[in-house]
Amino acid sequence: MSFLDASGMTGGYGATDILHDCTLRVEKGQIAVIVGPNGAGKSTAMKAVFGMLRLRAGKVTLDGEDITALSPQERVRKGMGFVPQVNNVFPTMTVEENLEMGAFIREDDFTGTMEQVFELFPILCDKRRQNAGELSGGQRQQVAVGRALMTKPKLLMLDEPTAGVSPIVMDELFDRIIEIARTGISILMVEQNARQALEIADTGYVLVQGANRYTDTGAALMADPEVRRTFLGG
Amino acid sequence: MDLLNALVAILNYVVIPATAYGAQLALGALGVTLIYGILRFSNFAHGDTMAFGTAVTIIVTWGLQAAGVSLGPLPTALLALPFGIAITAALMLATDRVIYRYYRKVHAAPVILVMVSVGVMFLMNGITRLLIGVDEIRFDDGARFLITAREWRDWTGLAEPLTLRSTQAITVVVAAVVVWALFWFLAKTRTGKSMRAFSDNEDLALLSGINPNRVVAVTWIIAAALATTAGVLYGLDKSFKAFNYFQLLLPVFAAAIVGGLGNPLGAIAGGFIIAFSEVGVTYAWKKVAGYLGYNADGLLQLLSTEYKFAVSFVILIIVLLFKPTGLFRGKSF
Ligand SMILES: Nc1ncnc2c1ncn2[C@@H]1O[C@H](COP(=O)(O)OP(=O)(O)OP(=O)(O)O)[C@@H](O)[C@H]1O
Ligand SMILES: [Mg+2]
Repeated sequence: MSFLDASGMTGGYGATDILHDCTLRVEKGQIAVIVGPNGAGKSTAMKAVFGMLRLRAGKVTLDGEDITALSPQERVRKGMGFVPQVNNVFPTMTVEENLEMGAFIREDDFTGTMEQVFELFPILCDKRRQNAGELSGGQRQQVAVGRALMTKPKLLMLDEPTAGVSPIVMDELFDRIIEIARTGISILMVEQNARQALEIADTGYVLVQGANRYTDTGAALMADPEVRRTFLGG
Repeated sequence: MDLLNALVAILNYVVIPATAYGAQLALGALGVTLIYGILRFSNFAHGDTMAFGTAVTIIVTWGLQAAGVSLGPLPTALLALPFGIAITAALMLATDRVIYRYYRKVHAAPVILVMVSVGVMFLMNGITRLLIGVDEIRFDDGARFLITAREWRDWTGLAEPLTLRSTQAITVVVAAVVVWALFWFLAKTRTGKSMRAFSDNEDLALLSGINPNRVVAVTWIIAAALATTAGVLYGLDKSFKAFNYFQLLLPVFAAAIVGGLGNPLGAIAGGFIIAFSEVGVTYAWKKVAGYLGYNADGLLQLLSTEYKFAVSFVILIIVLLFKPTGLFRGKSF
């Protein structure tokens, strides 16, 4: 069984379903990427996996344990970390305080984890006393990822971590994400930059209207002429 | 010499009273701004919370006085203040449990919460009147003056008198200690930081495992402490009258909005801006002008004191027109 196994997810925000029998799986230490057109339900699928959406059908297991009924907070304790697409930092708090809040549920000493985050994102160490709201887009995303890493998650979920950053910063962020995966953390990521994301993906999901359209390895999806034509712009 | 006399007159009639009044407004505005930042609504019951807290403190003060307890030169009310705060905090928590919690649960719009707080205002209004009546009450005991007019004249030989009442000095000292403690709490403690996080980004705070019920409870307790302290200091400095505290709502809100709702530093600055404007505009400047060699026919008073609330009102309107988020960038609303 996969490390994360979210299968048959069906549900939405109100009466109408956004997700239709959607399935997402991530193996231990691997990177899974969700791509798809705007409004396909990618963010909604992430929220469903994280327990922020009431599902009418489907099941989510983490490391073999059924977590379908758990609240997002309880899922954090089980080892999930989530970086939302928008509003993913505390803007009037310093970088260091943002990381501290990320570690809020931890009873033990988390200075070591903070050091690791600073090693991963050195710029955050330089700006540790600056308010997160005053940072550039790329730096803010690093704060957001760093905050989620503070609980030492086993699964890190990223909703468009490279939204609104320059191509150079994007490459930089992807490198860091690969680095995180190498430490054994599984990654489930939504990406607008489909090509670059699929390049680093072990598994790729193409989501259309809340349903799985294509599922394969990143490389295979890149090679599929149909996928290229419809979703990767030729 | 005349220049000195002019300065002394300004100090005596404007700077000292406005500083004390500003400190009282700042404490009141801090409570309003805290509730706005964390619970996300403008609490119209805050003035009556100040009245209730002060009424309880006065009753405890009477009890202490009857028991023969005193603080010597300091007013007994300072000793009663912690009791006043505790009882007010208990009432706030009960109000939240019975009334506000429901509206949070159904995610009521802020404007609905404002209306709810108006209801709570009338309720607290009634409770305070039942508790202590509607009359004006003076409850300052202990030493009256730090500097009397006579002492001042003997020391300096200036024609212009200067007095410093002990309640004015106590107001400034207590307010400074309370503000320091509040900022320390918000900046350094885990609970304080979690409150700021909750104010900054509620969803992310929840995702981070911050317990919203705890944040809300601590907010009410702090708001009760700020309101009661502000009310007691105001009452010591002037007098206690339930209706006057209801009226204080306007300058307190003006201070919070001028400083930027949700911004604690702004609330303090706003308190002093409102206080100095109010006192400055209602002071008769004739005497000062005379010292400076200009003999005016009129009193040189821009507004008579009965209209002092107009000052808050005008400042409020100007700020809302030109800088709706306040001078210190609060949350827009
Ligand atoms: N909070 C919400 N309440 C109701 N409907 C919503 C909500 N959020 C999203 N939707 C709807 O759900 C559908 C899927 O939205 P979702 O945000 O999941 O798409 P997405 O694939 O993440 O798009 P994007 O690429 O723009 O981020 C859309 O039709 C959207 O209007
Ligand atoms: Mg999205």
